[in-house]
Amino acid sequence: MTESLSAQESPSKRPESLLPDSKTRAKRRSRRKLRDRISFWGVSAAGFGVVFSLALIFIYLFYEVIPVFKGATLDEQRRFSLPAIEQNQQVERLWLERYQELGVYYTNDAQVRFFEVDTGAIRSEFELNVPEGVSATSFANGEDIGRFVAYGLSDGQIVSARHAYDLSFPDDRRFIQPKMEFPFGEDPIILDEDGQPIQILGVQASTRGTPRMGVAGYTRDERLVMAVLATQTNMMTGAVTVQANRATLPALPSGTNPTSILIDKNLRSVFVADEQGRVHYFDVSNLNSPRLVQTVSVGSPITAMDFLVGSVSIIIGTESGELSQWFLVRDDQNQYTLEKVREFTAHSAAITSLTPEYTRKGFLVGDASGVVGIHYGTSARTLLQKSVQSEPITGIAVSQINQRVLTLSASNEVAAFELWNRHPQISFRALWNKVWYEGRSSPEYIWQSSSASDEFESKFSLIPLTVGTLKAAFFAMLFAMPLGLLGAIYTAYFLTPKLRGVVKPTIEIMEALPTVILGFLAGLWLAPFMENHLPAVFSILVGMPLIMIGVAALWGYVPKGLRNQIPIGWEAVILIPFILFFGWLCVTLSPFVEIAFFDGSMRQWLTDVGITYDQRNAMVVGVAMGFAVIPTIYSIAEDAVFNVPKHLTQGSLALGATAWQTVVGVVLPTASPGLFSAVMIGFGRAIGETMIVLMATGNSPIVNFNIFEGMRTLSANIAVELPETAVGGTHFRILFLAALVLFIVTFIFNTIAEVVRQRLRLRYSSL
Amino acid sequence: MKAWFRSGTPWIWLTGGALALSLVMVIGLLSLIAVRGFGHFWPSLVAETVVTNHDTGEQTLVLGEITRTEQVPAAVARDAGQFVPEGIELVERVLFKRGNRDQFGQDFVWHLGLTLDEMSFPPEVLAIERREWGNFYGYPIYLEIDGERIETDDPRFRDLTQAAVDRSLDYRQRIRRIERTDIGRTSRELENIRLEERGMQLRGVTGPDLEEAQERFARQRALLEAEFLELRSELDALYASQRRDLLHMRMSDERELTIGFDNIVRVTSPNDITVLAKIVEYFDRVGEFLTEGPREANTEGGIFPAIFGTVTMVLVMSIMVTPFGVLAAIYLREYAKQGTVTRIIRVSVYNLAGVPSIVFGVFGLGFFVYFLGGNIDQLFYQAALPSPTFGTPGLFWASLTLALLTLPVVIVSTEEGLARIPTTIRQGSLALGATKSETLWKVVVPLATPAMMTGLILAIARAAGEVAPLMLVGVVKLAPTLPIDGEFPFIHLERKIMHLGFHIYDVGFQSPNVEAARPLVYATALTLVLLIIVLNLTAIAIRNRLREKYRSDSD
Repeated sequence: MTESLSAQESPSKRPESLLPDSKTRAKRRSRRKLRDRISFWGVSAAGFGVVFSLALIFIYLFYEVIPVFKGATLDEQRRFSLPAIEQNQQVERLWLERYQELGVYYTNDAQVRFFEVDTGAIRSEFELNVPEGVSATSFANGEDIGRFVAYGLSDGQIVSARHAYDLSFPDDRRFIQPKMEFPFGEDPIILDEDGQPIQILGVQASTRGTPRMGVAGYTRDERLVMAVLATQTNMMTGAVTVQANRATLPALPSGTNPTSILIDKNLRSVFVADEQGRVHYFDVSNLNSPRLVQTVSVGSPITAMDFLVGSVSIIIGTESGELSQWFLVRDDQNQYTLEKVREFTAHSAAITSLTPEYTRKGFLVGDASGVVGIHYGTSARTLLQKSVQSEPITGIAVSQINQRVLTLSASNEVAAFELWNRHPQISFRALWNKVWYEGRSSPEYIWQSSSASDEFESKFSLIPLTVGTLKAAFFAMLFAMPLGLLGAIYTAYFLTPKLRGVVKPTIEIMEALPTVILGFLAGLWLAPFMENHLPAVFSILVGMPLIMIGVAALWGYVPKGLRNQIPIGWEAVILIPFILFFGWLCVTLSPFVEIAFFDGSMRQWLTDVGITYDQRNAMVVGVAMGFAVIPTIYSIAEDAVFNVPKHLTQGSLALGATAWQTVVGVVLPTASPGLFSAVMIGFGRAIGETMIVLMATGNSPIVNFNIFEGMRTLSANIAVELPETAVGGTHFRILFLAALVLFIVTFIFNTIAEVVRQRLRLRYSSL
Repeated sequence: MKAWFRSGTPWIWLTGGALALSLVMVIGLLSLIAVRGFGHFWPSLVAETVVTNHDTGEQTLVLGEITRTEQVPAAVARDAGQFVPEGIELVERVLFKRGNRDQFGQDFVWHLGLTLDEMSFPPEVLAIERREWGNFYGYPIYLEIDGERIETDDPRFRDLTQAAVDRSLDYRQRIRRIERTDIGRTSRELENIRLEERGMQLRGVTGPDLEEAQERFARQRALLEAEFLELRSELDALYASQRRDLLHMRMSDERELTIGFDNIVRVTSPNDITVLAKIVEYFDRVGEFLTEGPREANTEGGIFPAIFGTVTMVLVMSIMVTPFGVLAAIYLREYAKQGTVTRIIRVSVYNLAGVPSIVFGVFGLGFFVYFLGGNIDQLFYQAALPSPTFGTPGLFWASLTLALLTLPVVIVSTEEGLARIPTTIRQGSLALGATKSETLWKVVVPLATPAMMTGLILAIARAAGEVAPLMLVGVVKLAPTLPIDGEFPFIHLERKIMHLGFHIYDVGFQSPNVEAARPLVYATALTLVLLIIVLNLTAIAIRNRLREKYRSDSD
């Protein structure tokens, strides 16, 4: 400014220029230019930063969700031949301990050897107590987590043991010392009283109640014998005595060659697989009268069979490489039958080994062509099929934390792998389709993310949550749309400008009302109120519009003088006392209605006619959330209607249309995109609303549209469960997925609404 | 009639009715909150009546505040286990707040109107607000001060009771000061020593340095422990003198009870005071509500920490959201090339305002708390690990999440303000030779300041009422310390805070005694509503003035 002024004055007064000399000016110019650049870059950087950080939300949510859909990876660490194995020995079973340092194998002659996986050295060796002159003829193990094993002997006895680990920390380093434990005594126990060799053995230790062990054996003379053992500790001597309860199971069909026997953890069911590809299911819940309930055919000969953790599901692998999951399903008559629940991606060769995971419903298999397969029960996913060897895999072991795998080949070569298999529980199908969960009689949609038990099968179906979200939003819109839109039309077109100036801000300010307050009122005030005044609620719903029209009709009979006193555009004000009166009337009469028509309690009456009624239900949510949405819809719709060019409506009126005809014929068609976008934005808000649904529903994830029952929405579910999940776990990531779904859905809704609104603005300006 | 329908008059009335209904609901809601909220502080009368048991004919005395009365069909009452004689179809039932939770088990009880006798309001009844177990209602027997027995008919009775309450409150304050300030300081210093020691371990300090340090630590520890013991004995003395005064009371069931003044917050005789005294009492209670901390699992006492937490969080958020929101808006409006990309960005940013707040909470928890916070802990607070400093929800992350949430509000508002400034003003400035940045910072931005203010206020209003994301990123039901105190560095960004909105959720839905907590929730809700309405009205007023101003400028 000063520069330009002095420039003007300079010609008249020549002698000395007031301008700074050229050097200073150049300096100033460059400084200004620099400032200009700094401002440009600074503002641009900040602008980009903000846009980037907002985009980051989307990117980050996506990044957290992706691992859920990744399969497993298996990276070879080392390979060595199984230490200390002798020529004539065969490995019955291979395990890997929790810290993934030690492997253990049981041989066919009752030897147990622990070896270090990282060095291939033997850490300890044990031999089970097989009497002189008797040999081990069969082997069986219980659930992996119990580390329980038993050998069947040639004299009809069994020996059982459990391996365990002692942890110590000499020099602050972990040292694991393996040991053998004998909960049922070190001495052999008679299984077959006839003393026949046990050719096939099944064993299971029951951890519920007093420790018990169930053993079932197939003897050389083709009998199935079973014993349930329990221990008793002598109080004085501390000696342990074992009591056995023995039974002979019904005979198998003749010509059957059993290959393996499984007993469930409750010691109620025994499953016998045979070479003909059949499974025989025995009910032994009453050991005095065991029954052969069912024989089902799998198709081809069964080569591997084991329980998933919890001993409910059986995984069956066949000679032709098929894998299927089976469990007992209860029918209407309370009878259990073994049903095939799902199949997994088949292998190309016979399944030769199978091991379940310790804490999840997953399992690993090895086949005759040297391929390792990693599968998961609930989600029916095959996470990996990878060829690791050229010869059959005879043993496979996975650690308890699912990070290391050992395989054993037919030539006794051990390979150790690093495993990444963090999120097998989820597949697109498990999230959105019906899934047949353990213990259920049919496939269902269930959301049940956690439970107290370790053997719990997580049920992650997003359907109940999505349905809940839509249900809440639907009832909210049912309530909010008529009120918001009609109110907006009236405000914009009929209401006097003076009233409009008061009414509009009043309703709009409700948009800023914290939803936690609405939720609290809905849960603590509205829900009990509605429960106690159900007839009032319904009569208000039905009667309110009728009353309004009734008042309109009566208004026609009001003397003209009085009518003219009140200007047009005051209908709403006239209606307020009638609305208040009618509302009061309904509430007051409600108990009498209940007495007259519903035996004194409408809520009880609903229950009696078979309609479930929760106090915090969809109706409460509909009203409360509708209340939250009304201002949004109202504000946008009002703008759209109000901005309809005046010449259009005036033209219509001039042509003789009534005010209402103008509204229906001219205003609404013109403003309809605006009304549409108002509804969209309102819907978007209803979908994402958290606090109201959290407080005004019972948060039970059910799948129905009953107005008298609650629901659980995606957003409320996140609020309830996220603070309590393990960071980085599957459940954690599914909640992120729910957030991502919410984000995308609302973003799309808002974008559509915004685009429609911009188009409308263009159209208005061109009209 | 048909013509009348065709003319559309009924439909006009119907639309009018929709508006009227919305208005009735809005005003009804606000009045409900206002009436219940303001009513909470009014000292209500304590009624006394006799209840007759229908089976035994046994009569019991009931003493308590009448919370509410309602008419219900007899069937409902029967379902609730109350006896209603045949032939009666509609009964009245009364909810008494009889207090004395420690004695009766339940402090609220329903009685049927027809079992009740005439109500009386005996003047001698005292209502005692206690630190534990809620209110106590009963008849005084005598007061014991320093072993001296003062009967109720003694004229000094009331004054001495009040004096004892005041004295107990005074002791309480001193105890709190010692517990919070002095003992808090010693334990913090002990913790600092521990952290320093652990830090040395982590750095691998050995040899004489370590020995010297350990010796110093031991010395400091001994000093602090001695100080602690001294404080402890002082505390014990205070506690003892607080327990010296006793109030002997009789309950409605004739049992007698002695209440120590250490457990008493306030003693009133609600049936025997003038309206003026009630008004004084009313404002006293309002004051206590706004300035005191909560008691009894948040169901009693005040909400000061929640107000303080909310305000602090919102302030920290404002400091973060204002510069970035404004700069982003300036960029979008003034610098960015106005093409399709900018339009897409603009629409996306606007739409973020409609994305559910819980999504921001999820992002905040995952990215800010676990990712950023976890890394900050690794880098700067290693000594304190495994207990996290920033790797856990806290004030800073809550503010940051809300800043992200309200960013669109500020951007939209600022952009609107910038767009409203007439181009002529800009062109005038440029024509005079000003650079773009000079025009921007000296002409345009000052003119748009009110718009930015509007945006900021709207952002604050939104942030103050948001709860869902905060549940994930830093708000707790009870924070032991305020986020700002006299301890260096004075503002503690890593601390967890209390929040008005979460307080409502927590007290209303997670507390064991909802009935007792209900009035407090209404009062809290009222506070929050007032706060937000005031903020919004301010924003609206600023916006309207702004519009007027430019309308005249551009003409």
